[in-house]
Amino acid sequence: MGKKILTENINIPGINTIEVYKQHGGYASVEKALKQMTPNEVVEEVKKSGLRGRGGAGFPTGMKWSFIDKKSGRPRYLICNADESEPGTFKDRYLMEKIPHLLIEGMIVSSYALESNLSFVYIRGEYKWIYEMLWKAVNEAKANGYLGHNILGTGYHLDIIIHCGAGAYICGEETALIESLEGKRGNPRIKPPFPAVNGLYNNPTVVNNVESLSAVPWIINNGGEAYTKYGVGRSTGTKLISACGNIRKPGVYEIDLSLPVKEFLFSEEYCGGIANNKQFKAIVAGGSSVPILPAELFLKTADGKDRIMSYESLNEGGFVSGTMLGSGGFIVYDEDACIVRNTWNFSHFYRHESCGQCSPCREGTAWMEKVLYKIEHGTAQAKDIDLLWSIQRNIDGNTICPLGDAAAWPVASAIRHFREEFEWHIEYPELAQRQNYGLLKSTREKLYNTETTTV
Amino acid sequence: MLAVKTNKPAQFSEEALAKAKEIIARYPEGKHKSALIPILHIAQQENDNWLSVETLDYVAQLLNLKTIEVYEVATFYSMFNLNPVGRFLLEVCHTGPCAIRGGEWLKNYLCEKLNIKPGETTTDKMFTVKGVECLGACGYAPMMQVGKYYYEHLDTPEKVDALLEQLRSRVDFKHENWVV
Ligand SMILES: Cc1cc2nc3c(=O)[nH]c(=O)nc-3n(C[C@H](O)[C@H](O)[C@H](O)COP(=O)(O)O)c2cc1C
Ligand code: SF4
Ligand code: FES
Repeated sequence: MGKKILTENINIPGINTIEVYKQHGGYASVEKALKQMTPNEVVEEVKKSGLRGRGGAGFPTGMKWSFIDKKSGRPRYLICNADESEPGTFKDRYLMEKIPHLLIEGMIVSSYALESNLSFVYIRGEYKWIYEMLWKAVNEAKANGYLGHNILGTGYHLDIIIHCGAGAYICGEETALIESLEGKRGNPRIKPPFPAVNGLYNNPTVVNNVESLSAVPWIINNGGEAYTKYGVGRSTGTKLISACGNIRKPGVYEIDLSLPVKEFLFSEEYCGGIANNKQFKAIVAGGSSVPILPAELFLKTADGKDRIMSYESLNEGGFVSGTMLGSGGFIVYDEDACIVRNTWNFSHFYRHESCGQCSPCREGTAWMEKVLYKIEHGTAQAKDIDLLWSIQRNIDGNTICPLGDAAAWPVASAIRHFREEFEWHIEYPELAQRQNYGLLKSTREKLYNTETTTV
Repeated sequence: MLAVKTNKPAQFSEEALAKAKEIIARYPEGKHKSALIPILHIAQQENDNWLSVETLDYVAQLLNLKTIEVYEVATFYSMFNLNPVGRFLLEVCHTGPCAIRGGEWLKNYLCEKLNIKPGETTTDKMFTVKGVECLGACGYAPMMQVGKYYYEHLDTPEKVDALLEQLRSRVDFKHENWVV
């Protein structure tokens, strides 16, 4: 069993209450940080740990904290990003539902590091029951002296507001989130200025993911150095992976970032292999926005090295033959999954979620969805694949926020690695109605070789 | 989607009003606009789970905002219903990870069973079926949200039928208050 940092106590009955949480060492890091450390010492400890943002971009958390403007004397805010809407991602929910005080504890210590007196959790509106649970945790923490005025007699004061969204993937992007928290539409802001200088209410702001903040208590209790003992290289520590799709054991798993991908996918301890004795065809390893990979390029890099679950290893080969760890949304496809249909589905998602501010994203996502609809439904022509390629090229890098890129990459990678499946759709439109439209090439040839023209 | 006018005044109980005021007071001075989204959720609960023009105007007044500021927000977010919906809004996830594990089946099955298309309401005003994007339950597909909660692993007709029956029998149903 790999080391558990976030989920060690998660199955203890009653751990969602402050009494049980405290019996198992809960809130120790608040005592330690507030009583024995300066805010900058907390920042340094997190820097030492090498912790990287778990929301998707993997930016070093301690470094992000050190950018916040403390000099101007304006109020500073910490916002926890609990918008969790990237398809394939359901890990933050797991932490908040099971062990809500871990996040609150992490937020108190992190707010102290940033010298913030008012912090927020921005949670997606659909997580209604979790929104309630978090308020309960905040009120319990307050009743126990960990929030409010003069916390533990140290003179530090902090309030936490749990704030709900109302259904918009784009509000996970940090500047859209800030706009939304101000009571506006979730339109991302042009950067710079970055939130660390001008964020919420035009004041210095740090936005961090639920999982990033939940790792802080352990780091403060055990030291940044200890955290680097897990994982490998610049991928220190552990990460939650939410595994779904055609696997035997979907769920949320905490893994050491040095775990071989093969072990994660096939061992009983984790995903348990492909469901229904099917073959493994493809994977989206870090949430819908990251490039899709065929099975063989996921298990081994283009030059034959076994991949592990680290940021660097998954990225090896770049966009040509690699992918990204992203948010940890692990979507597995078996031999029956149709890549064209899935790409069309994702492009519908991005078209629906585009805020519409920049034309390459607004127009491009709508156009991609249309072309993919045609290919999937057997009304496209061969040149439509090249059209699709050029549309995604024109979005990538030309937009205000990364949603545009996120919409382009799944399309680009699907064409790059599964072009023949697109061609096959166009060549045999009469097969579009069949369930097993996405069969592996070998199986398909076996099945249809003699009958393709007559089906 | 344009908001619908009903010529019926917005409903806001004493309790809801008190809650709205408490929420406004949470945010820093002068930043009461931050309370808009939570209060729109309350307004929706109080008004049969949708927002009419009258309700939106009422919220604008309550928060001392221009009506356009409220319309802008209400039309941006998918959880705000700008048209009447059935007593139970069945929000089925149809995004990729669910789609490959029965999400498409679930949406079709519900529509067939209730004899409506996605987005429509049954004639007895009991159910509305709506396809929604990833709800953060991809490993527990197929699934849908009804009111406050998620219903997961709805992978057989029997399970879906039983859930519909259970919902139908809730005669005392009120839209859950969850905005605390
Ligand atoms: C379209 C889009 C959606 C995003 N959604 C989320 C999200 O749901 N949760 C999250 O933590 N980060 C999300 N991010 C990343 C955030 O912008 C931000 O980088 C992150 O919250 C920073 O926290 P971290 O450094 O702790 O990862 C999203 C980014 C984009 C561009
Ligand atoms: S890239 Fe898309 S989502 Fe991002 S700001 Fe532009 S239009 Fe909006
Ligand atoms: S795809 Fe359905 S919950 Fe994520």
